[in-house]
Amino acid sequence: MPAKAKESAAESASPAYGEAPGVAVSIRGLRHSYGELRTIEGLDLHAPAHGVLGLVGPSGCGKSTLLELIAGLQEPERGEVALGDGLGPDARLARCAFMPQRDMLLPWLSAIDNAALALRNRGVRRGAARREAGLLFERFGLAGFEQAHPAELSGGMRQRVAFLRTLVAGKPVLALDEPFASLDAITRAEMQEWLAGALAADPRTVVLVTHDVEEALYLCDRVAVLSARPARVVDELNAPEPRAADRDAAVTDPEFVAARERALHALRKGAK
Amino acid sequence: MRRWVLPGLLLMGLVGAWQVAASTGALADLLGLESFLVPSPAEIAESLWQNRSLLAENAWVTLQEVVLGLGFALVAGLGFAVAMHLSGTLRRASHPLVVGSQAIPILVIAPILVVWFGYGIGPKAAIVALICFFPITVNTLDGLRSVDPEATKMMRTLDASRHQILWRVEGPTALPYVLSGIKIAVAIAMIGAVFGEWAGANSGLGILIRQDSAQLETARLFASVAVLAAMALALFALVALAERRIVTWR
Repeated sequence: MPAKAKESAAESASPAYGEAPGVAVSIRGLRHSYGELRTIEGLDLHAPAHGVLGLVGPSGCGKSTLLELIAGLQEPERGEVALGDGLGPDARLARCAFMPQRDMLLPWLSAIDNAALALRNRGVRRGAARREAGLLFERFGLAGFEQAHPAELSGGMRQRVAFLRTLVAGKPVLALDEPFASLDAITRAEMQEWLAGALAADPRTVVLVTHDVEEALYLCDRVAVLSARPARVVDELNAPEPRAADRDAAVTDPEFVAARERALHALRKGAK
Repeated sequence: MRRWVLPGLLLMGLVGAWQVAASTGALADLLGLESFLVPSPAEIAESLWQNRSLLAENAWVTLQEVVLGLGFALVAGLGFAVAMHLSGTLRRASHPLVVGSQAIPILVIAPILVVWFGYGIGPKAAIVALICFFPITVNTLDGLRSVDPEATKMMRTLDASRHQILWRVEGPTALPYVLSGIKIAVAIAMIGAVFGEWAGANSGLGILIRQDSAQLETARLFASVAVLAAMALALFALVALAERRIVTWR
C-alpha cells in the first residue's frame, strides 16, 4: 500500500478502536464482471453509520465479490462504492477491515499476536500492540487464551479471535464474509449472540454476508436479499425491532418469523 | 524409536550376510575376483580405525566444500526465489530457464570450472552450489506461492505493506517448503563435492577414493564411502532437527 493510504489509515483509525467515527456505506449503480461473466449489475445499497447491513443471496451470486469491492480489494466496472467520503480503493482500504470466510489465523502466531496484526502492520511495537489487543480479550471473553496458538483453539474461539483481529484494526467499517459458516449449529447460535453483544459494545458500520436468513435478521438492522448472478436487490427489509437479547426468544417472535418468511420468499424468487 | 527396529534388523542382516559371504571367499568366487579385492565389513571397520586421521583430514576438506556450497546455494536460492515471487516479469522470464537448466548435466562442467578457477575449494563449492540451487529455489518459490489469497486480502485490509505480507505471511508459509528443499540439496551435495574433486583436487574423500581405486585399496575405499554416507546422514538429520524446532505449527 502506498504511504499516502497508510497515513490516512492511521488518521481514520485514531483514536483507538471503540471510538471509531461512524462512516456510512453507499453503493450506487454498481456493476462488476469477471471477464465475460457479469457478477453484479445495477446494484444500489446503503448502510448508515453504525448500521448493520445483511446481505443474503444464493450461492455464487457475487456476495463475496461485493464485500471485496466495499473493502477496496477490487474496483467496480461502473458505478461507485463510497465509505463516508472515501471513494478510491486506497481510501476504502483505509476505512474497512475484512474478515474472510475461514478464520485465516496465522498458525505460527499466538492468539494475541494474531489479533494485534493490524497494529503491528502500522508499526506499533510488539509489547504495546499486545497490551492494546489484550484489553479486547478481556472485554470479549477471551481472557486466558492470549498465548494459545490457533491449533489449540476450538472453531468458535478461532472465529472470535478472527473477529477481534478485525476489530483491533480500528476501521469504521467491517466487512464480514460468512463469519460463522464453518461452525456447527450450537456454536453458531452462541457466536451470533456473542457478535450481537460485541457490536452493541463497540458499534461499527457492518456489512455482513451470510446464506442464513435467520442469522441476517438476528444480527442486522436491515437485510438486502440479492438475486442469482448478476446480483441485484430483490427485496430489502428491516429487521424486527427491538431485538431480544436472547437469541432463542428473538427468532421465535412472530414478527421475526414473518420477516424470515418474507426474506425466504424473496430469496427463492431471486434464485430463479 | 520403534520405527527404527525393522530397518535396523534388516541392515544388520545384510551386513552379516556380507560378512559371511566375504570372509568365506564365497562373494569373491561369485564375482570371479581375488579375495583381497572383496573386503568384509570387519576389514572395512578395521581400515576405518587404522586410517582414521587420514580419513578425517580428507573428510574435513569435503565437508568444507559441501557446507560452503550449500551456504551459497541457500543465499542465492532464497534471494532469487523471493525476487521471482515479487516480480511477475522476472518469474515469467526466468522460471522456464531455471527448470530448463536442470537439463544441463552440471557435474560434467566441473572440469571447466577447474580449468578456470584451479585446484582450490572454489570450483568444488561452486559445483555443490550449482546442483543445490535448483531444489532450494523451486521449493521456496512453490512455498511462497502456496499462500491462501484470502490471507493476503485480509492482511491488506489490516494495513499490511507488500513487505509485511512477505515477512509475516508468505515467509512463514514457505518455511516448511524451504526446509524440504534443503533436505533434497543436502542429499545431493556430497555427490557434487566428490565429482568436483574428481575433476581436479589435491585432497578430499573423492581424491582418496580415486587413489584407493587405483591402488586396489578396496577396504579403505569402502571406508571412505561409509564416511561420506555418514556425513550426508548427519547433515540431513541436522536439517530435520532444525525443521522440528522451527516449524512447530504443523
